[in-house]
Amino acid sequence: MKTAHELHSQLTSKKVSSVELTEAVFTQIDKTENKVRAYVSINKEAALKEAKAADQRIKNNDNVTPLTGIPIAIKDNMCTRGVLTTCSSKILANYIPPYDATIVTKIKEAGAVIIGKANMDEFAMGSSTENSGLHPTFNPWDIETVPGGSSGGSAAAVAAGEAVLATGSDTGGSIRQPASFCGVVGFKPTYGRVSRYGLVAFASSLDQIGPLTKDVTDSAILLNTIAGYDPKDSTSVNIPVPDYRKALVDNVKKLKVGVIKELLGKGIDKTIQESVNKATAKLKELGADIIEVSLPSFEYAVATYYLIAPAEASSNLARYDGVKFGHRAKEAKDLLTMYYKTRAEGFGAEVKRRIMLGTYALSAGYYDAYYLKALKVRTLIKQDFDKAFKRCDVLVSPTSPSVAFKVGEKKDDPLAMYMADIATIPVNLAGLPAISVPCGISNGLPIGLQIIGKAFDEETILHAAFTYEQNTQWHKKNPPLINS
Amino acid sequence: MKINVEHVAKLARLGITPAEKEMFGRQLSAILEYAEILNKLDIDKVPPTSHAIPMKNVLREDKVVSFKNTKEIMANAPEEEENMFKVPRIVE
Repeated sequence: MKTAHELHSQLTSKKVSSVELTEAVFTQIDKTENKVRAYVSINKEAALKEAKAADQRIKNNDNVTPLTGIPIAIKDNMCTRGVLTTCSSKILANYIPPYDATIVTKIKEAGAVIIGKANMDEFAMGSSTENSGLHPTFNPWDIETVPGGSSGGSAAAVAAGEAVLATGSDTGGSIRQPASFCGVVGFKPTYGRVSRYGLVAFASSLDQIGPLTKDVTDSAILLNTIAGYDPKDSTSVNIPVPDYRKALVDNVKKLKVGVIKELLGKGIDKTIQESVNKATAKLKELGADIIEVSLPSFEYAVATYYLIAPAEASSNLARYDGVKFGHRAKEAKDLLTMYYKTRAEGFGAEVKRRIMLGTYALSAGYYDAYYLKALKVRTLIKQDFDKAFKRCDVLVSPTSPSVAFKVGEKKDDPLAMYMADIATIPVNLAGLPAISVPCGISNGLPIGLQIIGKAFDEETILHAAFTYEQNTQWHKKNPPLINS
Repeated sequence: MKINVEHVAKLARLGITPAEKEMFGRQLSAILEYAEILNKLDIDKVPPTSHAIPMKNVLREDKVVSFKNTKEIMANAPEEEENMFKVPRIVE
């Protein structure tokens, strides 16, 4: 399977057309989509039209970008004008946005070909895509296992060759963990680096959009397109965006790499620890200085996150009341009954659970005991990172404590599902950028290495990830499904 | 830990079935019991962080920008009348 940067040179040298590329993606979709189910909706007609326009653009050499003519999947919580945006929820099952999310505008302007909208856990709440209100997605490496989540459709689409690139969103690991489970690269930028305008809000102080791709170079390319200040998102940060491709330098000599002690012990599978230790040894062999660092507050990160994120969600999701858009319950005689019934019918179990948890944590008499306390522990987590980054350029850990788990295995045990986010959650709480790159395979299932950087220093992460990738072969492995 | 599930559901404007009441009661208790580990920390003097990246209020000129696409907004309305959202009667 080819990357976007490889396909770009084939497109510009006229070895292949975007229409041919797009048709090849649809052939792959015909072969694997009934097993993987990565998409919520696919629009072949529109995609082929965009591909034709891209071919024209390339032929006329008219503002050709690295994304021109490249097939991409968009996570279904990002608004696409005139195209269903369901957030994989029944409550938005008929929602057709009257506008594009800023990142969708940018991707369209770059000339990429949108294949369809990728499945996800409902409202991005989940770690397996089993919480999709429409249908689950399955891991292309083993369809009896989950693809991770919440950007499970995006990760599975890229892994199965049903898209070359995909967008994801990450609130507690929702880009990095599915990337890890599906053997692709997933990059969550710094909070504020990419506009959230048109992203359906889950937890507004944590959400961030980023790329899911086959390799690190493609992540740099897609980030180049979507990053930047947007007056429509007051939390996007108005600072210059570097050319991330310039960070792709194969050299980590003297780079100070911190290994997070708390994420290489209890609760992390042995095979994962071994793979990450090997990856660290590789970086050392390539000239990096390896330093062990301790971030003791990580022990409290999952509890902190599962108070803050649901609290923010309970407020954000109050807008789904059946008044202006989305589902409305029938035959409600008064307004209150309409709210109760609409929300009861429209939300799935996990979303209800988090709304309840967040409402409770914010309610009178419990605010100080739960929500405020969590905000204080968030400070400790941030301080631990600050301390570690005084000694290190980047930090490394496993992305997930295990490889992809079996479908159904954790579905009825929310707390067990939440614990699977232990390595990714602290990064969101501190607003930092982090990438997951493939670093091993255990029993046929991929393992991910997480590389965390300082705020707005995506470049050093890309630099480290690129060097690791250039000196290993993991990113070139494909799931057996796509060759069968 | 005992949670008044019905009260919380009411605050959240969420209709729940008796089976959900039992399930959420059990699950939320387990999650909140787990959250008790935060009590191990001495954080009285620690300031809270609501945003990890420094945020300040963003001001702009108060200028009307018309959104031309009201048709597509109204097309999403569950019920509509003369470009207004229609809801069940709220005053008698």
